[in-house]
Order: sequence, then structure tokens, then C-alpha cells
Amino acid sequence: MATAPSFDFDGNVDRALADGQLRTNLRRAMDILVEKRRAVFDDTENLQALRSAGNAIKRRALSKLPQLLEKLEKNCEKNGIRVHWAEETQEANRIVLDIVRSHGVAEVVKGKSMVSEEMHLNRYLADHDVEALETDLGEFIIQLNGETPSHIIVPAIHKNKDEVADIFHEKIPDTPYTEDVEALTAIARKVLRKRFAAAKVGVSGVNFAVAETGTLLLVENEGNGRMCTTAPDVHVAVMGLEKVVEKLSDVPPLLRLLTGSATGQLITTYVNMITSPRKEAEKDGPKEVHLVILDNGRSRILADPELRQTLLCIRCGTCLNHCPVYLRIGGHAYGHVYPGPIGKILTPQMEGLDRAGVLALASSLCGACAEVCPVKIPIPSLIRRLRAESYAGGDKKAVPGGGCSRNLTETMIWKGWELVNLMPTANRLSLKAAGLLGGRAPKIGPLRKWTCTRTSPVFARESLHERTKKEGVKDE
Amino acid sequence: MSSGARERIFARLHATDTGTIEVPKVDVPPLAASGKEENLERLQQLMTAMRTEVHLTDRGSWTDRLVELAAEKQWKSLLYGPDSPIGSELTAAWDSIGKALPELVPYDGTVDTFKERLFSSIDAGITGAKGAVADTGAIILWPTPAEPRLMSLVPPVHIAVLDADRIYGSFAEAMEADGWAKQMPTNALLISGPSKTADIEFTLVFGVHGPKEMVVIIRK
Repeated sequence: MATAPSFDFDGNVDRALADGQLRTNLRRAMDILVEKRRAVFDDTENLQALRSAGNAIKRRALSKLPQLLEKLEKNCEKNGIRVHWAEETQEANRIVLDIVRSHGVAEVVKGKSMVSEEMHLNRYLADHDVEALETDLGEFIIQLNGETPSHIIVPAIHKNKDEVADIFHEKIPDTPYTEDVEALTAIARKVLRKRFAAAKVGVSGVNFAVAETGTLLLVENEGNGRMCTTAPDVHVAVMGLEKVVEKLSDVPPLLRLLTGSATGQLITTYVNMITSPRKEAEKDGPKEVHLVILDNGRSRILADPELRQTLLCIRCGTCLNHCPVYLRIGGHAYGHVYPGPIGKILTPQMEGLDRAGVLALASSLCGACAEVCPVKIPIPSLIRRLRAESYAGGDKKAVPGGGCSRNLTETMIWKGWELVNLMPTANRLSLKAAGLLGGRAPKIGPLRKWTCTRTSPVFARESLHERTKKEGVKDE
Repeated sequence: MSSGARERIFARLHATDTGTIEVPKVDVPPLAASGKEENLERLQQLMTAMRTEVHLTDRGSWTDRLVELAAEKQWKSLLYGPDSPIGSELTAAWDSIGKALPELVPYDGTVDTFKERLFSSIDAGITGAKGAVADTGAIILWPTPAEPRLMSLVPPVHIAVLDADRIYGSFAEAMEADGWAKQMPTNALLISGPSKTADIEFTLVFGVHGPKEMVVIIRK
């Protein structure tokens, strides 16, 4: 029997679809993001050339992945950045905690990082009496409300300003209720400034790590990323091992693709390139910089020639913005850190098909994600591959939990189908039966999920085979 | 423990023959070559669109413009790097003008001795710019010991002084021309305007955690 997924996906979807406010917020947000991207990539030919270049650069990085990671490590260490390796998320969490503890502090300021979400770093630190304060405005809002991001670029995309006004009023002491967005932003600025000034440790993600120079590159608009990586004495950066690129000259095209795809910007307010901790004569900047490089399944994903394309991803989130399923259910319904199309291919590979394979079913395979992906990941093909892997037989499984959906009934049905098509008599009889009974597909049992929302197909009385025999083929 | 993790990760990575991964031969689409005037114009246009104030001045008179701005915006304190290339010009200009000017505050100690003042009572910070990128509209900053990193981040206003002949067509061109790959500094930045957010209902608000205002003085 198929293993039950580790979360109630169907329930999540039902609740999301019934949430009118959520759907209104999402519709508005997605329309804006799609339109902004289209405006910034107004030259189609140039965009296609740029996407091909982005794909080639990331493929080249994968083709030399172990070498580039060694080079990145060597150059970072040479520059004074300490490099740590973690096989899985708990190990990465422990490394961060050890660094924080070695400085005797109980709070860190944090810039937005999806890999830290993947690690559930905030929860881990909280369990060990360290407060991790999110400083990106969107992240700050949802952290106040005890939520997680619902979008990998715009974490509070599911909230409107009235909801934010409520959250600030309730959760930040002495804060009057206001729906004025400028006022709300000013409140966050005021609260967080004090924390930036006081923080001893800052945590950030990494958008690209350049092996050639040992440089960590971060993009952002608000300045909180620069604050977290500049004001405290210690900077801890966390990244998935697929973030490495070979050369500094690989950065400009990827950067253009990233900011254009993510938010429709030519460039973000800040592109922050960090190559070393504070040097001898320098007056500010962290005295220590640590880089935690996380595997968490990535080296395994690399092994499969088709599925490894998942690792090309630069986390721009544009596949979410263009996904008809994401648009209707939002990010939380997916029940995991990475929602939308990229989540449908990444999460089952990380968590196992038995636990998260159901995500790969939540697609109409419309192909929009593949059309917009800045590095040309063929997401729909990978979704179909993962669906197939759920039914894979044999001992060799490409994905953890492979074959989890195989079950006796379906295997028997397909075996029967095979026999029917091998034996002419059985074939004739079954076609007859389909013609007579096919119009009455039962709205119960395993077929119900399909038939309860769709018009049943009408079966012809006679098969094409029979009609051809009787009437011949009119050849014009 | 951690070194064991490293070995195991690399063992798995090396188990895949990554060399067989097909890498398409694709060149990054070239940018149309642009002249100096075009670059200057595009930089001005794009940065202004992102709410940066751009002022064009002569090489010799930029401090006059700065003094006008200081009066207009009523800055009371201006953070500067006394040992920076623009430092001596600033002090000379301040010395020669008798009237009330914002206090020139030198960033001359380490941040550890200066953080409280920096975060609480500085109105504006002024730095040089290493260059600029026309096609996306951003200045390039390489903070130095003379002009530390926080100068362009913490004060509510950041003023960058840029020489017009340091404007490049693209980021790629700037990196190539200045040989970045051979000499990356502690921190390098592209800055396209004042800090901003659109995290609440996509309403664009300027001045989140970084400067609320950005001024670029371009010296021709």
C-alpha cells in the first residue's frame, strides 16, 4: 500500500481554496510579479539567449562541482573565511549554534535565507535558548505572527496590509494600529535598528559563492542583509552546496536573471560581495566570517543524470509566480519549506517520495514553470519522472522512497491490461464490454476522485477495429 | 565530526562522474556598445528612477554643490573619511566657508568605539565611489580603511562622489576593466538607490534598514 504522506496535503488544499482572503491576496501579488518580470525582460530574443547562458553556466558548475567546492573552500580559507561542512540539517544547525555559543550570546540577527528555513534553524536555536531575529520586513512580519514564509522571495505575500497592521499592533508593544504602509515600515525600521546595533552575530544566506575568488554574493533591497553581514562582530553564512559558481565573470548574467525573474528588477538595491573578514587596518565589518556548506541530499540528487537538473535552481521563485496551482493554494499548503513547482521536484527528492511524493501530483503539467525558469530546468519532465519513480519496481531506486505508490490492485490492473492486449479474444470481449458498460463509470471506489469532478468519456458502441472491418477505410 | 562530514560529502560528489555532464556552448549575449555620454545619461536616468538624487558638477566645484545640499536638507552632521581621496577636499572646503555647515564627523576609530554615535546621531555619510554601472544603474563601492563599510549603510543619507570617467557600460565590463578577479576587496558593493521594500502588498517604500536617501554627485 502507498504510505501516507507526512502531512495532510488534501486538507491543506481544501482549506486554502476556501480562504477567500488568501486567494485575493495571491491573485493580486502574482499578477504584479508576472507583469513586472515581463516588463524587465521586454526583449524576448535577449531573454532566451540569457536563459541559455544561465543554464550553461550552472551546468558547467555542476560538471565541476567537487572541484569547485574544493576551490571555494581553499580560497575562502585563504581569505580568512572559515568553512564548515554539514551532511544534513541538524549538523548544520549544531555548527551555527556552536559558533553562536562560542561568543556567549543569546541572540542573532538574520537576513533572509531559504537554506536556513530548510534547516529550521530558528526553531533549533530557540530550542537551545538562542533567539534568531528575522530582519527582512516580510520575514519579520511572519515571524512576529509565528508563521513560516509562504513564498521564497516574498515571504509575507499571503498577508495584506490590514493583517500586517493587526500583527504589529498586537505583537509590538506600544504600537498604534495603522494600515499606512510607510508607517508600518518605519515601525519595523525603528525596532530593528536597535537590534542591529546591539547584535554580536549575524546570520545570512548566500546567492552565489564564487570559487575563483572565494567570494560570497548576496542580493537584497532593504539593507538588512548588509546590516547582518557588516554590523555584528561575527557573520555566519549558510548555503546549499549547489550555490557555487566557477568564476566572477559568471555572476553578471546570473544576477540579471535572478533579480529580473524574482522581482522584475534590473538590479536590487544592493549587491553585497563579501570576500574576507575585517582586515588589519579596517575599522568595521565582522572580525570572523564563517561559511556553512550544507549537503542535505544534494550530492545524492547529483547522481541522477536527469534529476540533477534540480540543482541548477537559483531560487528566484518565478516558477511559483507563474504556477496556476500555487496561485490558488499559496505556499503554506505545500506543507514544506520550498513551495510551488521547484518544491514539487526538490522536496520529494530531499524528504523521500513516501513522505512528500504527493507534491509531484499537484501539477497540471501546463509547462509555465519550464517556460519562465531562468536556468531552463525542465520542471514538468522532472515532475513526471518523480511520479514514475513513485511506482518504480526493482531494487535500484533513484529517489528515496521510490516505488512507494506501487500497490497490488494497480499492478494487477496493468497486468490485466497487458494480457487483454496480448490475447485477441480477451481484447474483443473487453472492447465489447467497454462499449456497453463504459458510459457507467462508477462514481465510487478508486475512480471516484476522477469521476466526481469530470464528465465521463462516452464510449462508442463499436470499436474502431470493428468499424474498419465493416466499413473499410475511406482513403480521402 | 565535521571533517568526517566533509569527506563523506566529497566521496558522494566524486562518486558521480560529473565530467560527463553536457555543458552547452553558449555565450552570454553581448551588450550593445555604448559611449561615455550614453552611459552617463542611462546611469542618471535609471538611478533617478530609483529615487536617487543625481547631481552633475564640474571637477572643481562639487563641494559647492554639497554645501548647497547640506543647507537645503539641513544636515547637522556629516560623516566622512579624513584619509579618503575626498577627505582633504572636504576639510578644505569647510575651512574656507565661514558660515554654518554641518559638523564634519571623521570615521577615524574602529566601529567598536563609534557604534553608538554612528547609529544614533549622524545625519549623512559621504564616500567616494569606485565607479558605476550604466546598464543597470548602480554605483560601485569598495569600502576601504579610510571609508569603512558602515558609512554607506547606517546614516539616513548616503552621498556618493563619482567621477564621470569611471562609469562603465555594464557590471561585466567594470569587473574586467579593473581586474576584480585578481584583487577582490573585503567587501564590494553595487548600490542602485536608497534602501527599499515592497514586502507589504507590493507598496514601494523607501528607507527600510539602510539609507532613506541616496545622493550621487557626478564630477565631470
